Amino acid sequence: MEEKKPSIWNKVPSWAWKLISLALAILVWVLASSKWPAVFASPAKVWEAFMKLSGNGTLWKNAWASVSRVLAGFGIAFVVSIPVAFLMAWYDPFRHIVEPWIQFIRNIPPLAYVFLIIAALGIGQTSKVTVIFIAAFLVMVVTIYQGVKGVDTTLIKAAKVLGAKQKDIFFKVIIPASTPFILVAARLGLSTSLTTLMASEIVGGDRGLGMMIQQASGYYQMDVVLLGIIMLGIIGIIFEKIVRYLEKRFTGWQETVQQ
Amino acid sequence: MSEKTVFEIDEAPISHDLSDTRPVRVHIDNVVKKFQTRKGEMTALNGVSFDIHQNEFVCVVGPSGCGKSTLLNIIGGLEKPTSGTVTVDGKPVEGPGPDRGVVFQQYALFPWLTVEDNVKFGLKLQGKSPEECNEIAQKYIKLVQLEDFAKSYPKELSGGMKQRVAIARAYAVNPEVLLMDEPFGALDAQTRTQLQSELLKTWEKEKKTCFFITHDVEEAIILAQRVVIMYARPGRVKDIVNIDIPYPRTQETKMSPRFLELKNYIWSQVYQEYLSVRK
Repeated sequence: MEEKKPSIWNKVPSWAWKLISLALAILVWVLASSKWPAVFASPAKVWEAFMKLSGNGTLWKNAWASVSRVLAGFGIAFVVSIPVAFLMAWYDPFRHIVEPWIQFIRNIPPLAYVFLIIAALGIGQTSKVTVIFIAAFLVMVVTIYQGVKGVDTTLIKAAKVLGAKQKDIFFKVIIPASTPFILVAARLGLSTSLTTLMASEIVGGDRGLGMMIQQASGYYQMDVVLLGIIMLGIIGIIFEKIVRYLEKRFTGWQETVQQ
Repeated sequence: MSEKTVFEIDEAPISHDLSDTRPVRVHIDNVVKKFQTRKGEMTALNGVSFDIHQNEFVCVVGPSGCGKSTLLNIIGGLEKPTSGTVTVDGKPVEGPGPDRGVVFQQYALFPWLTVEDNVKFGLKLQGKSPEECNEIAQKYIKLVQLEDFAKSYPKELSGGMKQRVAIARAYAVNPEVLLMDEPFGALDAQTRTQLQSELLKTWEKEKKTCFFITHDVEEAIILAQRVVIMYARPGRVKDIVNIDIPYPRTQETKMSPRFLELKNYIWSQVYQEYLSVRK
């Protein structure tokens, strides 16, 4: 096989490519906003909206309302799903009772059962956190359960012949071996939380980015709409980067396909 | 011209008698193991009995499916026999424990721990102080010549190195008996001979009672003092051969006349069993 000749493309560093990608995206944005101004507000308008809403604090109030809901709902779901998943993996009767309902509800879009929750808890913070909790929990518990179940039995045997008792096996083998799955579950849970956040805020709410987007769209303020959407995207990326960092830190030991 | 086939050998003075004066470490008494499978009941072992003496290196050979691994699991306490007993130092085997170390074919290293921490795993469970753990771990890591890799992770090691870590980890907890289930089976021929030599050296420096399973007849003879030959399924002991080749042994030993005599004898026995399974 011939060696690839070094071309001009290979000499451009990767950060430059990212900058080029950003510039292209903004270009596409400008073109779209001049072609369909009724849908896409121009970058300039969105920037103005940003200055105005961040200046008077509305943007940050809404952003924090949304982020705090996600953190609360996801956080509680994370803390609850780990022991439940372990119990399901450890005790068959528990799993037989609980698993069918997890699967059943997991397949129902949160947008449907959010109405039930609002009827019960009103349109405030609690109902939003609750629906995020339910959606994130259901996704994470299944993923973590798969991870625990998939722990190599030879590792457990190896621990036993080195003198490990049940307690040691749990803390020194099963938990470290499941950590990669727990982090994957966290990533899935966070993305589920963000989607469910939208469902919960659109249905009814006092504050939040979803509500901000919806209200602005009612008044045909497409610049605010686009601003809200971009904010959500940025928040999503920040969360993902955090989980990626945790993954690298705590699961760097995994043997990957490339090796 | 003799009409004997390749597998009918001359009467070679192969000795089977047990004149071992060392105390018995492991006593395997009429062990039977039956499994329930979808096709009904399957007998893996049908009355296996023999003894392993203190500091003796015993290898078990036999065709696939003759129950060698099952026997190892029973001695190691990872499985219970259907009937029959295994006693270690007079005490019946109740479950797994650090007195019977195991080296698995798939290494079974904990991937989230460094080489050092893997070797220390069993020591920490025994409640040893950090200084003691360090000392003992260093000693065995040196024994398998992996000092430069003490802080590496298993994913950074080759198969042969991983198995050396597994051996160090098993040795570190000072087991009475070391059980090894085809530990070099997953390695290429070159690495295998390398590890055979290393295991011989390690064993000569620190003798342990060893029970070693292998498919490779040459490997069995070069390592062992006695070789147990198993019948095909259901497993029973067909023959036990004394390997009267003195230690230290090297790869050159594999070309000595005595080695070849023993190899012919044992291999023809094992091959008979392979053929009987084929039918």
